[in-house]
Amino acid sequence: MTEVPAVPATPDPAPTLTRTPKMVDVFSDIERETALKANPAGYAVTELAAQDPRVLTLTADLSNTLAEFREKFPERYIELGIAETNSVSFAAGLAACGFVPYIFSMAPFGVLKTAEQLRTDVDYNHLPVRLVGRLSGLAMGYFGTSHYAVEDIAIARTLNNTVVVAPADAASTTALMQLVATLDAPAYIRIAEAPEPVYSQPPAYELGKWPRLAEGGHVTIAAHGMGVGLALRAAHDLRARDGIAAEVLDAAFLKPFDEEGLIASATKTGKVLTVEDHSVVGGLGALVAQTVARHGLAVKLAQVALPAADLEVGVPAELYEYYGLTVAGVAAAVRELLMR
Amino acid sequence: MRQLIAVLCLSPAAGPGQSAAGHIARARTRIYAVAVVNDGAASDTALERGREAGDAELARRADWIRLKTVELIAQAGLGHYSSTFSCAEIIATLYYSVLRLDPAFPGWPDRDRFLLGKGHVATGLWPVLADLGYYPSDWLRQFGTVGSPLNDHPNMRLAPGIDFSSGSLGHNLSVGAGMAYAGRLARRDYRVFVLTGDGELQEGQVWEAAMAASHYKLGNLVAIIDANGFSGSGPTSEAMNIEPLAARFEAFGWLVREVDGHDIPVLRATFDSLPDPVTGPQPVAVIARTQKGHGVEMFEKQPQAWHLGLLTDEQRTDVEAEIGARMELLP
Repeated sequence: MTEVPAVPATPDPAPTLTRTPKMVDVFSDIERETALKANPAGYAVTELAAQDPRVLTLTADLSNTLAEFREKFPERYIELGIAETNSVSFAAGLAACGFVPYIFSMAPFGVLKTAEQLRTDVDYNHLPVRLVGRLSGLAMGYFGTSHYAVEDIAIARTLNNTVVVAPADAASTTALMQLVATLDAPAYIRIAEAPEPVYSQPPAYELGKWPRLAEGGHVTIAAHGMGVGLALRAAHDLRARDGIAAEVLDAAFLKPFDEEGLIASATKTGKVLTVEDHSVVGGLGALVAQTVARHGLAVKLAQVALPAADLEVGVPAELYEYYGLTVAGVAAAVRELLMR
Repeated sequence: MRQLIAVLCLSPAAGPGQSAAGHIARARTRIYAVAVVNDGAASDTALERGREAGDAELARRADWIRLKTVELIAQAGLGHYSSTFSCAEIIATLYYSVLRLDPAFPGWPDRDRFLLGKGHVATGLWPVLADLGYYPSDWLRQFGTVGSPLNDHPNMRLAPGIDFSSGSLGHNLSVGAGMAYAGRLARRDYRVFVLTGDGELQEGQVWEAAMAASHYKLGNLVAIIDANGFSGSGPTSEAMNIEPLAARFEAFGWLVREVDGHDIPVLRATFDSLPDPVTGPQPVAVIARTQKGHGVEMFEKQPQAWHLGLLTDEQRTDVEAEIGARMELLP
């Protein structure tokens, strides 16, 4: 295992979250100043452009997330205005002429609004268009439910030829951007906004394999995006306080996913909790349930995810508390699962 | 045989500037050439632009497209007659005179692109691509069967000569704009033609693409609107008014040519006098006023009824006789 969890190996003191109830501002200069931490995808694509002259970037009114790219490669940045559907089909046209376009988009509009363009123009034609979804999940919570992207994985997973990844943190984003760059396929890269670090350096991902970040025999916790850090810290607390040994899987690949790794872990523990800032419908939880059922495993399942219901509105940190997308929430869900 | 590709006029002054606030403030509407990707020379089989083809021969070819469409639809059991018939002269003129192509190398980077935005008229394109040698003519016999590379709407993954898949109305002008932008980036002098229906213009995405194309001065993009006045359910502008089309495209920054879409000399003259694809500062909209079902009296009288249908054997005999008689009469 080459992954280096940022969580200390010693059980005490328990790591604490430093998340503040602040909104991500992608329109201001703050974005540039904090970009390496807050906007690793923007930095990663600049690196990719230096390596590959076919790489272009496009945005629909999200130009500040590509400030560095625009400085270094102004000729390879295409602003398309607030017109997401045109952006996706336009990118498909670029890709059909040999370029490799990365569309930086707000996840709710980039995936949900353009689902048909992604399917018909990009996925069905196997074109290497990469959609980088900023502000996924509840990251724009305060702005209201129109700005939520909690159905995006469900939609993206149904696109047959599209690779779907959800990085856990900045280092993970860098690694997955590099990996996706090697694929001649469409991709959706779902960016979590400034989650607590999980990896101290970019991990060596293998396509479709879920790194095992902690070993344990009592329960499996599979998570993607911001959920990975929560799972890892919850596992730490559970071991320290309850003597519960949780196995933590970084389910960074939603498609293709690690069927073998999942089944091996589920067979060992008999209990699987999934953690994600996505609807309970169609995301990682659904994927895990379908897979263990298909294998005929008698495994108890639980989900920390967003309910299939009208969601509340508020700043992200408070919404995460409300919906149990916290270290304590994940730990509580594990304890409950073990009681069943 | 390749023409020299003119170098784009690039002005550093049009590049991004730094504002006092430290972030890029200036809108950039000029496209900079960056790279020539996937270079490839044309083969001996390449077809140049503006090929000599007599007007009578092109008219005959348009009727041949109609006959083959009737044949393919009979084979498949259902199809779009009147929508195909309205653009038969346009397809014939483009493929037998206007477009720069190389059927032996469908992926030739310098070829002109043709996107069938109104993908439901692919029955009019399949015989043409077979005739030009993109695939064997016996592929046509598979049309309508499971596993056929030729579908009712074209699939670029399956059929050589299809520059982009279509079927979902409103997408292809965006795709074409992306291809035209790619041409500017790669310093290639190809043109991108997109054939849309008029009902298709009701799709909002078309106008997003129209905005982007003029914003980036894509003079290598040509939209041809087959303005036959009808959509699937009735007269286009009764469902949702799209007129005045010329004024709308002009207001979006396009160069507009409004023509009779069945008049072959006019179509040829229009396409032959398109602005230079490298230096042209505006995308071009050719509004082709057409008649839905053109060329067969029964379709012309009831264009709506024959938007989607299947001729009986008796009707088919009559229709083929009507078209065939005209082909005989042409000089």
